[in-house]
Amino acid sequence: MASFEYAPAPESRSIVDIKPSYGLFVDGEFVDGRGTSFKTINPATEETLAEVAEASEADVDLAVRAARRAFRGWSRMSGKERAKYLFRIARIIQERGRELAVLESIDNGKPIKESRDVDVPVVAAHFFYYAGWADKLSYAGLGPSPQPLGVAGQVIPWNFPLLMLAWKVAPALACGNTVVLKPAETTPLTALLFAEICQQADLPPGVVNIVTGAGGTGQAVVSHPDVDKVAFTGSTDVGKAIARAVAGSSKKVTLELGGKAANVVFDDAPIDQAVEGIVGGIFFNQGHVCCAGSRLLVQESVADEVLSRLKRRMGTLRVGDPLDKNTDIGAINSSEQLARIRELSDIGESEGAERWAPACELPSSGFWFPPTVFTGVTQAHRIAREEVFGPVLSVLTFRTPAEAIEKANNTPYGLSAGVWTEKGSRILHMASQLRAGVVWANTFNKFDPASPFGGYKESGYGREGGRQGLAAYLKEAEA
Amino acid sequence: MLDAKGKFVANAALASRKDVRDAVVAARKAFGPWAGRTAYNRGQVVYRIAEVMEDRRPQFEDAVRQSEGASAAAARAQVDAAVDRLVWYAGWADKLAQVIGNANPVAGPFFNHTAPEPTGVVGVLAPQSSSLLGLVSVVAPVIVTGNVAVVVSSYDRPLPAVTFSEVLATSDVPGGVVNILTGDAAVLGPWLAAHMDVNAIDLSGVAGSADLATSLEVAAADNLKRVRRAPDAEPDWAAEPGLAAMTDFVEQKTVWHPIGI
Repeated sequence: MASFEYAPAPESRSIVDIKPSYGLFVDGEFVDGRGTSFKTINPATEETLAEVAEASEADVDLAVRAARRAFRGWSRMSGKERAKYLFRIARIIQERGRELAVLESIDNGKPIKESRDVDVPVVAAHFFYYAGWADKLSYAGLGPSPQPLGVAGQVIPWNFPLLMLAWKVAPALACGNTVVLKPAETTPLTALLFAEICQQADLPPGVVNIVTGAGGTGQAVVSHPDVDKVAFTGSTDVGKAIARAVAGSSKKVTLELGGKAANVVFDDAPIDQAVEGIVGGIFFNQGHVCCAGSRLLVQESVADEVLSRLKRRMGTLRVGDPLDKNTDIGAINSSEQLARIRELSDIGESEGAERWAPACELPSSGFWFPPTVFTGVTQAHRIAREEVFGPVLSVLTFRTPAEAIEKANNTPYGLSAGVWTEKGSRILHMASQLRAGVVWANTFNKFDPASPFGGYKESGYGREGGRQGLAAYLKEAEA
Repeated sequence: MLDAKGKFVANAALASRKDVRDAVVAARKAFGPWAGRTAYNRGQVVYRIAEVMEDRRPQFEDAVRQSEGASAAAARAQVDAAVDRLVWYAGWADKLAQVIGNANPVAGPFFNHTAPEPTGVVGVLAPQSSSLLGLVSVVAPVIVTGNVAVVVSSYDRPLPAVTFSEVLATSDVPGGVVNILTGDAAVLGPWLAAHMDVNAIDLSGVAGSADLATSLEVAAADNLKRVRRAPDAEPDWAAEPGLAAMTDFVEQKTVWHPIGI
């Protein structure tokens, strides 16, 4: 196989112009923050990319005020006018797609083939999809004349920085809300480029405000008394803290939290396709995916075969430079996340599970973790219960469909699940029994703006995407 | 319990924390089979509750009159509305999925659809003032969607809830689907809200008690329960309910499958 080694095929980063420092985007302008600043780095090289303002409580307050002022005009604008802005933003995203993809890969560490072929196209698709809703809200099944909520405070994670922005911003704007968005501390750059896109699209000032910062800034956004709607994607612990923080208020909340998805493979599954699905399910985006298929439940009779094919396939995964078009697995987003993945993996070993990773050379600088599989995992093991949020797969086995359902549902999470079998009636039975918001059957990790996404149980509440995603940003007209 | 004029009527059981826990266990056991019934069947069961209630109409009218001090006409109207409310919800069992679920036209060769499913065990703090119509209006939407309920009745006006329990027991509702506790929402609510095997909670019964409602919401955050918030004041239960009482306690499940030959 060595004779078929790929030559390096790096994507040029010259298309992206990263400024040495960035301010906040408030009321249509970039402004200096009143707080301190922090560095965002390239996780593949640890090189400092830019200094970014850390928005203070006062900065957040200014942003919320700007959003409140803008709400008046934006909410009263006709839906078809709002739609035009969203269509225009979608078009600019497509036009500047390469720039966005390269910047996303630099700041996040994800492979360019994913930022280019998944993140950015789906981002544009979200703006197109919700643009089309802006003038059809009365047909959304939420009453004859649904009204926007007001100012939406949105806090998003670092695993899909631009995609999560699109999931939050597009429906909010389509419904006539205005937005104060806080991108993740380690990945603020594409959100700031999106701010430029808002300027380029002539979006009215204050409709979108972007405040960079860490947890404190996010807290200020979520708990601001003049925020009407809170949307958060991130960890379950933070989600619970937000649910407590908004208790007793009239803020509407949607939470998109962690997951520990079961990917269930039956003995009649098309094994090669299933292996591809297992690999995509856990190693896509370095496993930094809340709906990652991190628990493989494989029927005992085919476990050996599935595992040997899986290991062979894992041996062909290329780990390295995110900007190389041949790269399958990029850099872990931060040293903190790498430490967490290492810690949980070590615990996996110490609790008796067997660890395996293909031989692969990791770059000397940056944050890296090889694709890893644990076998001999039981339901009590921490690697089977806790979200690793990295390229680490736990393998469990089952004998009967009932046992598969029991094990799959044995988690406080309920975001997603996978089923692999050629038997249609079994797929539909499993799909109905799995307590998860999204069930992928004979496929995995598929996303589309028309398709609602969200969790059961401690994976959060509310849905994003589709017609159901509008419910998070609308209320019935008051009499 | 006393009537509206403060005269002794009867002794009602005062539910304890242990009763809450037992009720949750019963509800959890009933959840799978109830959620697994066909929507048609669940609709029939809810409709049957209305029928049995209709049969015991004089008893309900008396209970409402005694509990709320309502006139005979007002009590009759409330029983009418409660029966109608049950019939209205019964019909939703096999329609809600068609109204709030749908096929999703994704950009690829996939079958993709989204449909509502019950959330699970729902704790219900029933309204304090409207002892029958309020009670029915919060219980029916929970069970017709396939959830199971642990209900705390009005504290001062439990008599209609006791009579309603007798109706449930003698109609076709499977054991454990609706569990009714007579007791104090301020005492039992915290245990329900903090219970890790309860998936959702309706705070209607603490309308107007902002501090209590807030503390219950905080407790509910521990396992991210779905919360139907307490209104500032008890709403007019006679008004057409809309879908919210049902949609607050359903999840939306999206299923993907490739299309090919």
